[in-house]
Amino acid sequence: MTEKPDLNLEVDSGNFSYPEDYAFDAGYGLNEETIKYISGVKNDPDWIREFRLNALNVFRSKPNPTHWATKDLENIHFEKIRYYLSKGQTPKRSWDEVPDDVKRTFERLGIPEKERKYLAGVEAQFDSEAAYSNVKAALSDQGVIFVGSTEGLQKYPEIFRPWFGKVIPTGDNKYSALNSAVFSGGSFIYVPKGVKVRHPLQAYFRINAENFGQFERTLIIADEGAELTYMEGCTAPKFETATLHSAVVELVALKGAKIQYITVQNWSANVFNLVTKRGLAMEEAEIKWIDCNIGSRLTMKYPGVILKGRKARGEVLSIALANNGQHQDTGAKMIHAADETTSTITAKSISVGSGRSSYRGLVYIPKHLKGCKNNTECDALLINTDSRTDTYPAITVRGQGNSVQHEASVSKVSAEQIFYMQQRGLTEAQAMSMSVNGFVNDLVAQFPMEYSVELKRLIDLEMEGSVG
Amino acid sequence: MNTLEIRNLHARIEEREILKGLSLTIPQGEVHALMGPNGSGKSTLAKVIAGHPDYEVTAGEVLLNGENVLDMEPDQRARKGLFLAFQYPSEIHGVSIANFIRAALQARLPEGQEIDAVEYYKKLYSKMAMLEMDKSFTSRAVNDGFSGGEKKRNEILQMAMLEPTYAILDETDSGLDIDALRIVSQGVNKLRGPGLGALVITHYQRLLDHIIPDVVHVMVQGRIVRTGGRELALTLEDRGYDWIIKESAESAEAATV
Repeated sequence: MTEKPDLNLEVDSGNFSYPEDYAFDAGYGLNEETIKYISGVKNDPDWIREFRLNALNVFRSKPNPTHWATKDLENIHFEKIRYYLSKGQTPKRSWDEVPDDVKRTFERLGIPEKERKYLAGVEAQFDSEAAYSNVKAALSDQGVIFVGSTEGLQKYPEIFRPWFGKVIPTGDNKYSALNSAVFSGGSFIYVPKGVKVRHPLQAYFRINAENFGQFERTLIIADEGAELTYMEGCTAPKFETATLHSAVVELVALKGAKIQYITVQNWSANVFNLVTKRGLAMEEAEIKWIDCNIGSRLTMKYPGVILKGRKARGEVLSIALANNGQHQDTGAKMIHAADETTSTITAKSISVGSGRSSYRGLVYIPKHLKGCKNNTECDALLINTDSRTDTYPAITVRGQGNSVQHEASVSKVSAEQIFYMQQRGLTEAQAMSMSVNGFVNDLVAQFPMEYSVELKRLIDLEMEGSVG
Repeated sequence: MNTLEIRNLHARIEEREILKGLSLTIPQGEVHALMGPNGSGKSTLAKVIAGHPDYEVTAGEVLLNGENVLDMEPDQRARKGLFLAFQYPSEIHGVSIANFIRAALQARLPEGQEIDAVEYYKKLYSKMAMLEMDKSFTSRAVNDGFSGGEKKRNEILQMAMLEPTYAILDETDSGLDIDALRIVSQGVNKLRGPGLGALVITHYQRLLDHIIPDVVHVMVQGRIVRTGGRELALTLEDRGYDWIIKESAESAEAATV
């Protein structure tokens, strides 16, 4: 872990770097001046300015959590990072400047031309005006608010402010504090009482937004009885010049509301992806996280649900694939805080080559509660002999009348199984892909169609390099 | 030239030699039986022909229509027309039989060519009817939680779909009750014809009541010690393997004298 060389975190020398001019640049390092610069550019209201400055102090006072997490975190040099960069609305990158291997990957994933340019940063926004206008009309008819976080806090403070930073307080962890200090980008969504949004919402649809910020901040509120599905990310690799990504996502499901939050991310191998995601589920509300992580140097992400109201339900479905040199440290947190609350965690991880995947789970049911249930299942698949997996479940259940089930398995793709498939005519790589796809199949079936198809292709691509 | 020919094959696993100069020829269109006591190397022969990575071939050739396949990957051999019905087929979680066979057929097509889904299912369902299999069977994950009989029927279904030129059936009768044995044997008999050469490996003669072999070979200690007609299998049933082991030991002794 520590033997890895320090990453050079300068923007112009990353894995996929492009010379660029930025209209706004907060410079290297992080201090009060950086925060003031960001607040100035974004025209923050006073309470956000104070929120950011306070968060900076919290960030400084907290150590890196290396007493339980990997020491690789020490290789992040906070003084070498630029915390706010904005191109404005005029992209300077041309398609010709995009590296050939990136173009090839896009092609093989079958991503449409328009989308490719957007993903590679050639176009500032995805040209989905036609698709978007229908969605937008339907949404505004229903009174749904769907804007960037900056616009949200400025235009709708009466809804935004009561919940912002309440599900994930600034001091939750060092990286939530960092995000709270320098956040930009991300979405703000409010779904009014009883409104059921039929189509999944995607950041794509938001025009003129800083979609994929380094420090994006998303707040989603589903009012009583409302329902919504949100999808973030895409299966195409994100070619980022910045190497530290630290997002915060807060979900609030009021009485009887349902929120489903789907993430499929494929990071380039130089990225530290340290994300805090949590939802608050009130009475009879339901929050479901579907989280798929591929790529990155280190991902630490444990989507959680605080089950605050009676009969609230929480679910996490997680798939992680760690390839050579990568560490996927993922899992889930379920905090039961009311009677008859139920939670389910299903986590599957795949370790390829020298990849390492860790499952970290926390389930907490205090003594005074009755009728709570948790079911946890985590399965790991190891592809090569030097692949690694570890499981760190922390289950605290007190009191009587609460039930917890925990099942964990580790399996290897056996040589016999590969031989069997090869004997039917599949190449070794095809056989590997089929095993891996079969392993995650029951989870992938719960993804929206287009995601599951892309995910399958992505696994095929990842497995091609694993045999030799 | 249209034969599966094994010439003087030597193979070992780790340091132990299992095949000790085995020779055998199966012409296309014929069904040969391979019998022998436990531990004589029958299953090893099947795996070595198919290219199992645990075994090292130290001498000899395996010629498929004249072409030596020993340097080929297992999947190349399969695409050349070689099929092995496994004694213990592997489970593949999360992959349905329909998708598995389809992928296997797809792997045989040139790049850019796609299997016609309608034709595929038509063929699949007709082969399943032949093997008295329920249609719902193909949506189950490959061998996952299958009974012994279901696993073997699944092997024969795959064989019927992939239409090999040479097939090796490794102890296909093991673990089958009499009904399953009948169905599996009927399946194999329906696939018999001028296009298929088959090697049926079995410990017991009872399978050969259902699949009548053209030729019977007896294998002892890594070699073929006797080859004959169907009556050889019947003799083995009456007298067991002891006499043949003894004879072959004597003849080996005689050879060294």
